[in-house]
Amino acid sequence: MTAAFIQTVLLSLAVAGAAPFASVEQERRYYELLKELRCLVCQNQSLSDSSAELAGDLRDEVRTMVADGKNDREIVDFMTARYGDFVLFRPRFKPATYILWLAPAVLLAGGLFWLFRWQVVRRRRSDEPEQVE
Amino acid sequence: MSRHIWIVAAFVLLVALLAAGLRLDPSRVPSPLVGKPMPPFTAATVHRPGRVVGEKQLPGPALVNVWASWCVACHQEHPVLLALAGDWRVPIYGMNYKDRREDAVAWLERLGNPYVFSVFDQSGRIGIDWGVYGVPETFVIDGAGVIRYKHIGPLDHDDVEEVLLPLLAELEEGRAR
Repeated sequence: MTAAFIQTVLLSLAVAGAAPFASVEQERRYYELLKELRCLVCQNQSLSDSSAELAGDLRDEVRTMVADGKNDREIVDFMTARYGDFVLFRPRFKPATYILWLAPAVLLAGGLFWLFRWQVVRRRRSDEPEQVE
Repeated sequence: MSRHIWIVAAFVLLVALLAAGLRLDPSRVPSPLVGKPMPPFTAATVHRPGRVVGEKQLPGPALVNVWASWCVACHQEHPVLLALAGDWRVPIYGMNYKDRREDAVAWLERLGNPYVFSVFDQSGRIGIDWGVYGVPETFVIDGAGVIRYKHIGPLDHDDVEEVLLPLLAELEEGRAR
């Protein structure tokens, strides 16, 4: 909590003098977007967390776009056009990412199916001796 | 027994997939700009603050190399660029990224200048449009101004001989036809 507060203060200080937001809603969207976008330099940090110089530049870009009234889709498109789907912590669902999104469900379903089959076979086997006797 | 073979096969396949994944270098993010025209820009050059250049002034096939005097890896790859420009007569355009003009000029004077000219991207705004996230980066541009390849990190002689020169030769041939 304290860390988050300090971070917000630092971020606010860092962008003092940058494009002002027209509304609290814009500011909220700005911080939400920063959490969704990956820093290319420190790859496991978001733009919001990273202290890399490029992350600072990209925060300014996002801030300007939000202040200019661009919607989330346009801002995310701006980022993916330049850096690819990799910048998104939650990549979009499209043919290139079908495997990424669907594999866990498919593997789970396959595993459950196999487990079910195995149980059926085992039960049948345990039934068989009784029939023989 | 035959059913178990399928399970083993699936497991082996999964292990192979994960093993291949572990061998990828996560710091090399494929650029969505490969296959697309160069992002447009206008800027001055490092040596001539009054000159205005844009993507039209970068005729391919050529290389566009993003560099900075503060970049240690650029220092490392510099001899490779000098050889490319000198021995192989490959046109290389510099993209000087977030640098100070006097530092950039001094750096080129000290180490040699392999560039036809260097675009002066002081704010790094052109770098953002080009998807630059780690200097040095090198783009291969074809005769139509389309980005055909992007190399992230310092170039070495293997990269040049195995990737860049064959690709440039192919692009040169394509243009002659």
